[in-house]
Amino acid sequence: MQDHESLSSTSFIALISEVRRVGREIIEPNASDVDEKSRFPSESIDALRKLKLLSAYVPEKQGGMGLGIVQVAKICEVLGRYCGSTAMIYAMHKIQVACLVQHGGQSSYISSYLDKLVSEQRLIASATTEIGIGGDLRSSICAVERDGSSFNLIKKAPVISYGVDADDLMITARRDSDAAKSDQVHVLLHKDQYSLEPISDWDALGFRGTCSAGFIVTAQGEDEQMLPAPFADILSQSMHPFAHITWSALWLGIAADAVNMARKFVKNEAKRNLEMPPISAIRLGEVESVLQTMRSNTAVAAADYQNMLAQNDAEAFTNFGFGIRINNLKVTSSQLIVDIVGKSMLICGISSYRNDSKFSLCRHLRDAYGAALMVNNDRILLHNSTLLLMHKGDG
Amino acid sequence: MIIQSVREILTTQGRLSTPLSELREDSDLYHAGLTSLATVGLMLALEEEFDIEFPDSMLSRKTFGSIESIVDAIEALQD
Repeated sequence: MQDHESLSSTSFIALISEVRRVGREIIEPNASDVDEKSRFPSESIDALRKLKLLSAYVPEKQGGMGLGIVQVAKICEVLGRYCGSTAMIYAMHKIQVACLVQHGGQSSYISSYLDKLVSEQRLIASATTEIGIGGDLRSSICAVERDGSSFNLIKKAPVISYGVDADDLMITARRDSDAAKSDQVHVLLHKDQYSLEPISDWDALGFRGTCSAGFIVTAQGEDEQMLPAPFADILSQSMHPFAHITWSALWLGIAADAVNMARKFVKNEAKRNLEMPPISAIRLGEVESVLQTMRSNTAVAAADYQNMLAQNDAEAFTNFGFGIRINNLKVTSSQLIVDIVGKSMLICGISSYRNDSKFSLCRHLRDAYGAALMVNNDRILLHNSTLLLMHKGDG
Repeated sequence: MIIQSVREILTTQGRLSTPLSELREDSDLYHAGLTSLATVGLMLALEEEFDIEFPDSMLSRKTFGSIESIVDAIEALQD
């Protein structure tokens, strides 16, 4: 595991203002087109590449920015204010980077890959779910078919977000053809080592720019491309907490932008008639308090996780309590985003319901409804309720 | 014999993909197919059988990672 030294707070504030500038000048102006055409936000991701943000979580001694989870979550939140799809792609990429940084430690192959990630700002996609396993990340049907020090792998992936536009791919499979379905490895593949045969398109309600189509992946690689740690450990220590914290952070960004829209609307109305504040003004106070709950939940989880990483206690991540808390964050944030965008729409009224209004919240609402479904909340709640048969929560 | 009961409970609750007869006392049960959900069934059965209660601090992969570690945990809780 890697302990992160955080960027000094002054330079991080400067970095965030750069992200905001790129958000205003490049990401937001393209967000509607990305959404309408359900296309990859190439301008936005290129802009993030120029800021070297694709290697933000790589430690400084390896040429990255050495940011911690709290800071990465802040970047996701800021991106979420401008374009949900761009923020989601950035978060999904960062989850893969965290797996490499935190579990590739002893591998010289992964270490030299991180150098490339820094210099070339490569974008990594992920293929974890598989057709036939019903969304359970901890099971694989496909296996790494070993042949000497090389392997072949074929996986039917119902979803690989931005699969076509990514530079590299991280994929899970059984350790070998005799392994149990839960005995999985996490493998890093380069674009020239795999082909993607499309099996489904991505024409969805929201997060349309993530281009989360389905593919059959056919790959060849070398043994050294498998992360040394079992996928079970990578999932519990990195992928699971990192995903739910960064997702919550970007949903927070979308929600905060909706509240900001509501604030502008109320201000606009108030200016027109100072004597009589708009009827919706009181709702602004109400929605802001819900937003604060969402913000606090996310911040607590990010700080908690950062502390655990700093303590370097791999065992602590497998404790039921940690998994339950991270699951709770995801379930709560994915519900609050819908609540907050909905309340903001009540404030802005019919103008927020129109696609062609400057107060439109249509994209925010469509994106918001995806949050509960990506790793379905019911699956998470069922998992938690089983764990809670044992876990008493008394510390 | 604690170990014999643990093996029996693993057979019914572990949902392992490797036959129990092939597992040594220190074999990794997660590699043998144990999932976190199956772990809960395993724990409930162990608590019933040995009249013990696992504290939250013991609810981790380490405790249920092998037959050996499960036996150690039961012995610690029976003391």
